[in-house]
Amino acid sequence: MTKLLRNAVMLLLLMTVITGVLYPLVATGLAQLVFPRQANGSLIVKNGKPIGSVLIGQSFTDPKYFWGRPSATTPQANNGTNSGGSNLGPTNPALTDAVKQRIAALRAVDPGNTAPVPVDLVTASGSGLDPEISPAAAQYQLERVAKARGLSTSQVQALVNEYTSGRQLGVFGEPRVNVLQLNLALDAPQTHGS
Amino acid sequence: MTTNDFLQVGLYLVVLLLLVKPVGSYMALVFADAPNRVTRFGGGVERVIYRLCGIRGDEAMGWKRYALAMLLFNVLGVLVVYLLQRVQQWLPLNPQHFAAVSPDSAMNTAISFATNTNWQGYAGESTMSYLTQMLGLAVQNFLSAATGIAVLVAVVRGFSRRSSLSIGNFWVDLTRSTLYVLLPLSLLMTLLLVSQGVVQNFKSYVDVPVAQTSTYAQPVTDAAGNPVKDASGNPETKPAQLATQTLPMGPAASQIAIKMLGTNGGGFFNANSAHPYENPTPFSNFIEMLAILLIPGGLCYMFGKQVGDRRQGWAILATMLVIFIPLTIALVAAEQAGNPALHGLAVDAHASALQAGGNMEGKETRFGIAASGLFAAITTAASCGAVNAMHDSLTPLGGLVPMWLMQLGEVIFGGVGSGLYGMLAFAVVAVFIAGLMVGRTPEYLGKKIEAYEMKMASLAVLLPCALVVIGTAIAVMTPAGVAGVANPGAHGFSEILYAVSSASNNNGSAFGGLSANTPFWNVLLGICMFLARFPLAIAMLAMAGSLAAKRHVPESAGTLPTHTPLFITLLACVVVVVGALTFLPALALGPIAESLMSGH
Repeated sequence: MTKLLRNAVMLLLLMTVITGVLYPLVATGLAQLVFPRQANGSLIVKNGKPIGSVLIGQSFTDPKYFWGRPSATTPQANNGTNSGGSNLGPTNPALTDAVKQRIAALRAVDPGNTAPVPVDLVTASGSGLDPEISPAAAQYQLERVAKARGLSTSQVQALVNEYTSGRQLGVFGEPRVNVLQLNLALDAPQTHGS
Repeated sequence: MTTNDFLQVGLYLVVLLLLVKPVGSYMALVFADAPNRVTRFGGGVERVIYRLCGIRGDEAMGWKRYALAMLLFNVLGVLVVYLLQRVQQWLPLNPQHFAAVSPDSAMNTAISFATNTNWQGYAGESTMSYLTQMLGLAVQNFLSAATGIAVLVAVVRGFSRRSSLSIGNFWVDLTRSTLYVLLPLSLLMTLLLVSQGVVQNFKSYVDVPVAQTSTYAQPVTDAAGNPVKDASGNPETKPAQLATQTLPMGPAASQIAIKMLGTNGGGFFNANSAHPYENPTPFSNFIEMLAILLIPGGLCYMFGKQVGDRRQGWAILATMLVIFIPLTIALVAAEQAGNPALHGLAVDAHASALQAGGNMEGKETRFGIAASGLFAAITTAASCGAVNAMHDSLTPLGGLVPMWLMQLGEVIFGGVGSGLYGMLAFAVVAVFIAGLMVGRTPEYLGKKIEAYEMKMASLAVLLPCALVVIGTAIAVMTPAGVAGVANPGAHGFSEILYAVSSASNNNGSAFGGLSANTPFWNVLLGICMFLARFPLAIAMLAMAGSLAAKRHVPESAGTLPTHTPLFITLLACVVVVVGALTFLPALALGPIAESLMSGH
């Protein structure tokens, strides 16, 4: 028993050093060496300062921006330090109410648009930080954004296309549009209305 | 279901099955009795470890000593993780200055990670220091997985050894699992994940200015930092300007690699594999899904090889697939059909070239329906419990599938090691039932199955069932249990049933709406996780000890072949019937009732 206990204590100590210290240090070293941009958060840098991450969605509520997935994080939407979904069950009336409110908010800033809203634009994402929307959700908002910015729809469409990715390797996942990159491109000085 | 849904599920299965043989053959070498090129390669490191720990690598342990070593090592692990959480505020590598974790939460988390469950009552990015994550949680990710593999290897020796008093050496099995299997695969996977965008650094969180400032309702706190409540008891809020976003950082990739490979499932961040920094692309998602079933699948092949008849391993794997594939398709189809509650609204949920459609609440755009549904089935078939979509928001029937996959005892792949030894308990029961039908003494893999083996196998099969049923009953009869429920009606019951099923089968996923970080839930689930893990493992080791001591019975005309479609069907039926008989009444009150009410 005492011998077993001594074996156990020593082995736990050694394994802690190997898997808890050496492993993450070697992994970090390799990651920083081979993929430094990704290992540090895929940051978008402007004038030497980070202004966001390609992978982390931000909140947009202004009609001149494309809106992202609704976020259920608290106390504010897209809270990077408190990720998570709504956890509302499918039959919970609170879910239906939230969806109704989101439809109303989208229609309030785009009264002429009576098309049904793509489902990803009115349902909260799993992480609350989803950086992307479906191409359908981008199409739904395209005319509104173009009008609010005095741009032609083809100009905005060109930018949407630029930030749309297809299924990875042609099979995996779903086609999607990166909202933050698209909105930053819309704000860039070279994108001005004619 | 769409064509692409089928394509993604099919491609996953093909790639997994292609990897089963190479991974299984490799592990057969790692755990072979005779020295070989793999164990000679790492022999030097192994010998240094054994010398430092005073371990004699050639000591042959009987099942009791093996079980005692396993239990000592794991209880010690629980204590260390508990202590780390309680004193993290005084230790380094805590850039966000997190305070000590509460005693009940720390106890729950310590048991959770040592039992390979990785149930998380806490939120990773706002509770645990980097040091606690690394020295406590990540270490147990390795060691709990290695323990599962070690126990399985010992159980397999019970079948493969003849007239032997020993089932191996726990220290050697544990060390080899870690050094030869888990560590190299984890390093490889870390790099694959980082290439896709998973973070791996030791930086403080990064503040960035947001592109569009907005206002939000900020909770008001008093001088002591406690929330201020208004007259009716609701937290008071004030409008606040939001100009920055905080991006979480940390050594995530290295922990996620082992969380998948070791079927642990505990997320670095609260949103787990739905978080873009844990699972940034559809390809990273595919890698993570593969990693979950890679070792459980490979172990089936290794088992066949160790018992000298590869067909036995394929038969077990086939049984798992026979149950796994239809349930996966049911889950994806339910999610693709969407949420009927939204049908009357101006919402477009049809799948098209431009969107996945379906039930997108709690799902990420990049994964859509197929990659989320498949992940949910894989993570609950295995006892992983990582999630890339919020299971609480699955459709009623979509949520039934993961719940039932756990309740089947985590034997459809199951946890690394633990899934296969659980399935072997079912195989012993199946052989026994077949023996009863024809009136012959049952035998499995050349070993007679007698009263002692049947007692141990029954214990292993029934213990998790009893824990789920009794634990759920306690929770629904206790105000403190019901207080955690977030959703009304039948779904609220599902949240409770899911939590206890998850803990009592060492899965760790959750219907996340349940507020489980309370003393009641932390204690109840802590007990369930502990009892589901160690007594069950000890029962299987006892069975292995008894089997190893037996002589080999040569096959006769009366032997039931256990590699045929007939046996696969029989075994699958035993698993399904035990799972259905035990849990149908409870499922009828939860997901089935909810599905009927939602107009399906």
